[in-house]
Amino acid sequence: MPDHETHDFDVVIIGAGGAGLRAAIETKERGLRTALVCKSLLGKAHTVMAEGGAAAAMGNVWPDDNWQVHFRDTMRGGKLLSNWRMAQLHAQESPERIYELERWGALFDRTSDGRILQRDFGGHRYARLAHVGDRTGLEMIRTLQQQAVALGVEVFMECKVLRLLKDADGRASAAVGYWRPSGDFVTFNAKAFVIATGGIGKSWLFTTNSWECTGDGDAIAAWAGADMLDMEFVQFHPTCMVWPMTARGILVTEGVRGDGGALRNAEGRRFMFDYIPPMFASETAATEEEADRWYDDHTNNRRPPDLLPRDEVARSINSEVKAGRGSPHGGVFLDIATRRSPEYIRRRLPSMYHQFKELAGLDITTDPMEVAPFQHYMMGGIWVEADTGATTVPGLFAAGEAAAGMHGANRLGGNSLSDLLVFGRRAGMAASDFAGGRLGTPTVEEAEVDQICKAALEPFGRDSGESPYNVHRDLQETMQQLVGLIRSETELVRALDALDKLDERTKKVSVTGTPAYNPGWNLATDLPAMLTVSRLVTRAAIERRESRGGQTRDDYPKPDLELGKVNLIQRLRPDGTYELEQVPLPPMPAELAALLEEEPK
Amino acid sequence: MSPDTTAGASPVNQDVSLQVPAQAHLETHPGLSPDGGPSVTLSIWRGDPGGGAFVEYQMPAIEGEVVLDVVHRVQAGPAPDLACRWNCKAGKCGSCSAEINGKPGLMCMTRMDQLPQGVPVVVAPLRTFPVIRDLVTDVSFNYTMARQLPPFAPRPAGPDGIYRMMQIDVERGQEFRKCIECFMCQDVCHVIRDHEENKAFYAGPRMFIRYMELESHPLDTNDRRELIRRRTGLSLCNITKCCTEVCPEGIHITDNAIIPLKERVVDASYDPVAWLGRKILRRTKRSAAEAAADAPAFSSPTREDR
Ligand SMILES: Cc1cc2nc3c(=O)[nH]c(=O)nc-3n(C[C@H](O)[C@H](O)[C@H](O)COP(=O)(O)OP(=O)(O)OC[C@H]3O[C@@H](n4cnc5c(N)ncnc54)[C@H](O)[C@@H]3O)c2cc1C
Ligand code: SF4
Ligand code: SF4
Ligand code: FES
Repeated sequence: MPDHETHDFDVVIIGAGGAGLRAAIETKERGLRTALVCKSLLGKAHTVMAEGGAAAAMGNVWPDDNWQVHFRDTMRGGKLLSNWRMAQLHAQESPERIYELERWGALFDRTSDGRILQRDFGGHRYARLAHVGDRTGLEMIRTLQQQAVALGVEVFMECKVLRLLKDADGRASAAVGYWRPSGDFVTFNAKAFVIATGGIGKSWLFTTNSWECTGDGDAIAAWAGADMLDMEFVQFHPTCMVWPMTARGILVTEGVRGDGGALRNAEGRRFMFDYIPPMFASETAATEEEADRWYDDHTNNRRPPDLLPRDEVARSINSEVKAGRGSPHGGVFLDIATRRSPEYIRRRLPSMYHQFKELAGLDITTDPMEVAPFQHYMMGGIWVEADTGATTVPGLFAAGEAAAGMHGANRLGGNSLSDLLVFGRRAGMAASDFAGGRLGTPTVEEAEVDQICKAALEPFGRDSGESPYNVHRDLQETMQQLVGLIRSETELVRALDALDKLDERTKKVSVTGTPAYNPGWNLATDLPAMLTVSRLVTRAAIERRESRGGQTRDDYPKPDLELGKVNLIQRLRPDGTYELEQVPLPPMPAELAALLEEEPK
Repeated sequence: MSPDTTAGASPVNQDVSLQVPAQAHLETHPGLSPDGGPSVTLSIWRGDPGGGAFVEYQMPAIEGEVVLDVVHRVQAGPAPDLACRWNCKAGKCGSCSAEINGKPGLMCMTRMDQLPQGVPVVVAPLRTFPVIRDLVTDVSFNYTMARQLPPFAPRPAGPDGIYRMMQIDVERGQEFRKCIECFMCQDVCHVIRDHEENKAFYAGPRMFIRYMELESHPLDTNDRRELIRRRTGLSLCNITKCCTEVCPEGIHITDNAIIPLKERVVDASYDPVAWLGRKILRRTKRSAAEAAADAPAFSSPTREDR
């Protein structure tokens, strides 16, 4: 049996992406004993991969921009299912959070008068994304990481949390996990916890997400009894690499389109003009000429349809390919070569240039890219209180991609990075307050801790089971084929069935070797979380019998008036199953609702 | 405007993203290569601090693959406990550094078809850092060095609370901030590659660019030059440029960071007139002692101290 160590902290933050780091900085600055736990090395979290930028209505490029417009864009992009209060806080506080990064050493690209430059992205009325070329996530994570290190936050790297335990009063009190290098177990006792574990993409075959995105935090919260919100809303990013096969799913930033790139079908036609939905018709260019003029003059022209919200673009690409007008490898063309100079492309999109050159042997300054939609982002997740990030479990907070509400049915590009900062900080504040006000030492049942460790080690004891890689592979195929971009009741029900079988197989996987840095075993401990999350997604996708945002139903192709008024909540029952409830949207104040009605100038 | 008649109104039909070409299905399943089809062989170092050896894995060849793809197929097939690090698989996170055919490289950005064909591809862990298991090394040295850095300390913002910086002034720093912390420059640097004893007082090229980044940061007020001279071992670097050659981000580590840093440090310590001049003209930079006091973990001994 591996060793077992125990640590005591005020606040334990699970996840060191943008959200977790920002939360840790907040709790540390407030003087709390803070532990930051992450599965990879510090600075490698998925946030590092973000490319295009962080959305904040600073108005540096278009002075007309302000939080009200950003709020409106976010709500409409989310098909009006976003939590209005989160969308408001986000729109109001993002600029200050970006300026704060600058005070911590970040070097954003500049306007000609020396302010932070902002770029265009889909669904944003104005150029709004603060960025550094196409490596904004790197700049953000490095800045936060360096600030956290300067403050002396204690970091537990390559340490995976398995479960969260509560005390007799139902308050989150301990997190149990293991060190990946040694396989030794570790228990963190703390007064408050923040889950910032990011996405769930690794349940799909083709995804932009890294290996860490197994939905651990979502599952840990669900198992602890937290309410889970809108799990059906999974974002498929419209432009991901399709070729070579092994690079399938690697992201092509929306910045390509923001900087002038156009989508074309096999006939060379800019097909997005054929797919402008009524909801966005008044703010979308009707002709190619207008669309092209817009890049220089946002005031007198409307946005190109290539920059519609992601759900719209993803569905349109899907339809073109389905109609036989796709590219050779099953996508469509994304062309910036004929539209911008090679120097401009290399300066604005250096890592896209590099990525295609190295992985596909393609020069994006001379040839079009081939792209298609793949799994990218989870809008749903842990239900949180808008102002504090508090979950329904006392002492447990959540922020970042693992938390839900902010993005409704569909996230706008760039809104995640600023979401991490705004709500990472808020969760840090609230967790500090909670920990400060909590009396006594958190205690959990020793037996429960032992049980978690024993269960984790079980795969070593079975000699004849199958490899966790096989089960993972079949899970990915299931979700890719049955719970993808376009869904139907028959397929979703089949998926549930398949997930039940995979669950049985998961209980029988066996691994070889020792617990020390053993990826097979690590995967075996990720599988239960992936299965829980996949089931929550599938069940909610069945229940929402309509098409809206990230949920597109073949059998219910239209939005439904009544379902447009509710969120879906799932919650663990004592018998281990989950109840599913339709909950009315929180009522929006009239002055905010009025912002949504306003037509753009 | 009502959401119900408008949202999600694009045409709907079956999902194409799951229509994987027939060949692709074969490609993504380990071991399904047609009999006698082309194959690739990886010779991977397997072991732990107690020792190890190279083990060969022959796998079906797949078009367009990078080394990391093959490593993943080895994990999914013959060696599920093969330890390696990776995150992004797109050259953005710097996790997957290894020595490929004796040269440091990112496994996720090294295409199999660009390596010599017909012979095994040799994959070993970075040599400069202690092995944990297989391809995974203990890179904590780099994190320790990062903790010793007196942090960024900006001057106050303008009256509107906003900093103004020109693109041309941030570009130097931006070059260094492209660093993905793959630590391959640290790995090739001969000062520590086979000299464990130097690690206690040598920050290495990764940290030299970080010091230079802050030196050239338009807002920073900490003067770290005396510290750089005394505590980072900069003088041990004899500008062999090996670090620059391996940097996957193409950062000009030697020309743009190390050489200018050496010049500045020399200025700071040997030219009292220039130093005094700077003191008078640039009161914004704080003294070395003040800067040192900011460093959260500034404790390890340095060669100059002995
Ligand atoms: C390629 C790509 C490009 C993107 N570009 C943009 C963009 O331009 N703009 C934008 O706004 N958004 C973008 N996004 C989305 C955005 O990057 C992510 O949504 C965001 O980074 C998520 O941050 P996070 O802090 O919530 O989690 P992450 O950054 O995913 O971090 C999760 C952390 O949790 C840790 N963790 C997970 N499970 C456990 C566990 N069990 N125990 C301990 N630790 C655990 C991980 O180790 C990691 O440290 C992009 C995403 C991708 C994939
Ligand atoms: S140039 Fe200096 S830092 Fe770079 S590898 Fe050579 S000795 Fe090391
Ligand atoms: S400077 Fe280059 S080689 Fe060194 S760690 Fe950074 S990216 Fe890697
Ligand atoms: S996996 Fe991120 S750089 Fe290779």
